[in-house]
Amino acid sequence: MPIDLRMVTIEPQRQTFDHLAHRFGDKPASRYQEGSYDIQAAENLHYLPTWDPDQKLYDTSITRIVMEDWYALKDPRQFYYSTYTLTRARQQETAEANFSFVETRGLADMLPDDLRATALRVLVPLRHAAWGANQHNSFICGYGYGVTLTQACMYHAMDNLGIAQYLSRLGLLLGDAEALDTAKDAWLHDAAWQPLRRYVEDCLVLRDPMELFVAQNVALDGLLYPLVYERIVDNDLSVRGGSAVAMLTQFMSDWFDETRKWTDAVLKTAAAESESNRAVLQEWIRAWSGRAASALLPVAAFALGAQAGEALEEQVAAFKLRAEKAGVAI
Amino acid sequence: METKVAKKKLGLKDRYKLLTRDLGWEPSYHTKDEVFPYVKYEGIKIHDWEKWEDPFRLTMDAYWKYQAEKERKFYAIIDAHTQNNGHLNLTDARYLSALKLFLQAISPGEYAAGKGFARVGREFGGVGTQVACQMQALDEIRHAQTQIHAMSNYNRYYNGFHSFADQRDRMWYTSVPRSFFDDAMSAGPFEFMIAIGFSFEYVLTNLLFVPFMSGAAYNGDMATVTFGFSAQSDEARHMTLGLECIKFMLEQDPANTPIVQAWIDKWFWRGFRVLGLVSAMMDYMLPKRVMSWREAWNIYGVENGGALFTDLARYGIRIPKHWDDAEKAVDHMSHQFMLALYQWNFGTCFHTWIPPEPDMEWLSSKYPNTFDKYYRPRWEHLKKLAKEGKPFKNFGLAKLCQTCQLPIIFTEPDDPTMSCHREVDYKGNKYHFCSDGCQHIFENEPEKYVQAWLPMPALFQEPLKGDLGAWMNWTSLIDGKDNGDYVGSQDERNFQQWRGLATTNT
Repeated sequence: MPIDLRMVTIEPQRQTFDHLAHRFGDKPASRYQEGSYDIQAAENLHYLPTWDPDQKLYDTSITRIVMEDWYALKDPRQFYYSTYTLTRARQQETAEANFSFVETRGLADMLPDDLRATALRVLVPLRHAAWGANQHNSFICGYGYGVTLTQACMYHAMDNLGIAQYLSRLGLLLGDAEALDTAKDAWLHDAAWQPLRRYVEDCLVLRDPMELFVAQNVALDGLLYPLVYERIVDNDLSVRGGSAVAMLTQFMSDWFDETRKWTDAVLKTAAAESESNRAVLQEWIRAWSGRAASALLPVAAFALGAQAGEALEEQVAAFKLRAEKAGVAI
Repeated sequence: METKVAKKKLGLKDRYKLLTRDLGWEPSYHTKDEVFPYVKYEGIKIHDWEKWEDPFRLTMDAYWKYQAEKERKFYAIIDAHTQNNGHLNLTDARYLSALKLFLQAISPGEYAAGKGFARVGREFGGVGTQVACQMQALDEIRHAQTQIHAMSNYNRYYNGFHSFADQRDRMWYTSVPRSFFDDAMSAGPFEFMIAIGFSFEYVLTNLLFVPFMSGAAYNGDMATVTFGFSAQSDEARHMTLGLECIKFMLEQDPANTPIVQAWIDKWFWRGFRVLGLVSAMMDYMLPKRVMSWREAWNIYGVENGGALFTDLARYGIRIPKHWDDAEKAVDHMSHQFMLALYQWNFGTCFHTWIPPEPDMEWLSSKYPNTFDKYYRPRWEHLKKLAKEGKPFKNFGLAKLCQTCQLPIIFTEPDDPTMSCHREVDYKGNKYHFCSDGCQHIFENEPEKYVQAWLPMPALFQEPLKGDLGAWMNWTSLIDGKDNGDYVGSQDERNFQQWRGLATTNT
């Protein structure tokens, strides 16, 4: 028999804050809505930045993308700080268990030498690329407009840092501190890594937050993650007896599956806003994904040799389909 | 059989170094000046970013783990508070004025600080510094959101909370903290760190945070006090970062010292003016008081601040200019502030009141040299007018300070009977100031402060043209509900009626 506890009931005066009632009607708002919408200063900004008096403190005109309402770029995961940290805390528990599993059972030592060498060669220099991604997402959070977009970029930036740290730990586990030095040296000097490093450094001087979003989160990650973590680690290395490596990169695979829903949603909404947005996005995605593909080819060749070109072509085709689904045909 | 050589175990410090600052590299396809375009123009010289000492060695996995634990607890308590009508456990609904002021004036500042830290987390030229700033950016998003969530349920039952987003941008008193945060964000990355990381987080946070959260605990506000406890360890990290940052700047080059000193002077006074809001809250708005503003100042300002500046003396840093003026103001400011809020309470989105007699007694005992002499007579006069049915309202236009944006309501440091007012002519215009401190800040950067948006003059321009009703609509202030005296307000009536429902059988 259900038991209803009796409580003193009093009538609320209103259901939510005015700015949310204005957007969604006078009904209880979700915590995502309360923590995201309209909490950035919008009017009567006091001073122009001394670091660049040509822009305002919060400025929609520093990007070529034009939105009537920047808060339209919402996050389908509805991440605010709490749901974000709870999700990542669960994932880091799994990652921790995986690292510990590989370590305590000596799985790293049991890896065939050529697989270990390939894993170190392909994965460890990517920690620097992940640091670059962190820089770009901090930038978009700092200079982008509207909290629905920018808070998600801060979470993304911290994820990028987390991934750089997992890749470093992978290097320490499969190799040692010298493996990190070797990888850094390759990142700085090995000809095969230079196109990718150049890509990241070119992004470091890009100051249009939405172009940076496309270059990093859409184009580069859209090719790099499926190519490296699905195609190379989960398929190729695992089949050859390197599933221990896949355990150490599970965080990255899961992360990409989750975050692509968000990047797709941002892209789709921005493209649907206007034809001119669509054209700008198309131009950016074409240019950056083309560069990303050629930058990734020599990296893929470390693991896949002569098959690298074909593997990359498959990823490029899948990426095109994905962009088209988001409303940007390339 | 092959024997494995055991791997060298890395120390915590070395390991953290590999997991953070070793991620960065010297760019070669672009110059460092192109990648970090804002680190030089303020004149701060950094010779070696590697000398930065990581104040806390927190990797992301540990961050997620600790913070998620705190989040779980926080929302469990907030949910219970909502479900059980926790608002009826307040000492008195007067207390809510402090919360309303906090939500309109301070929580948006938390968000702005987060945005600022994301910017400097990208603009600084060293990975260690960047990572520390990025974590604070994330924390500040947390603080803005948990504050809004903690106060959300109060909004459903009480007036004055409902339009904090409009009020952040349009209210005359919120433009005090808004201009503070806008000022910090429009400064370069190093000054931002002195403004927010050092002055606000290190020197002033204890004066804002400890009294506010203790006030919540003393007055039965479980929601806010839970936020306070939950944010405490974040704040400890932020204070450490602020201090590390200032030491780093001072140790890098002796030429940095005068620049840093000028910023300390500026941001101490800027912060002290923002804290005027806290002084009124502590001395007047808490039904059950924690300590007086004077007592808080003695502990957190004089003792802690004094020790800090003694510690910094070895770098050639002296106590902030205008510190003495601050000390002289402490026994007066809360009274001057609350008297001002009361006479303009038709234009505040929270309630004020004439302190009842027991409160006046308490104020006399806490301010033996000033309250009975200067302020009790004014309150008595206001009480008399209110009793006669002619409560005093000041419909005159307040002159605002061009720097701190407060109305010119304070007195001369050495003469509490003389209103303090300074003027400066600059390029054919006259600018007004509340104090020497604010005047000096203006004179150091006049081109910045002439840009300030002043809410009072805005009331007399298009489209409002002095129409008070139109102004209220524009600020989303509902006349007769959000504003005015607490006595006779809807909040007072509802709170008493609901509490009656909850605690009696009538």
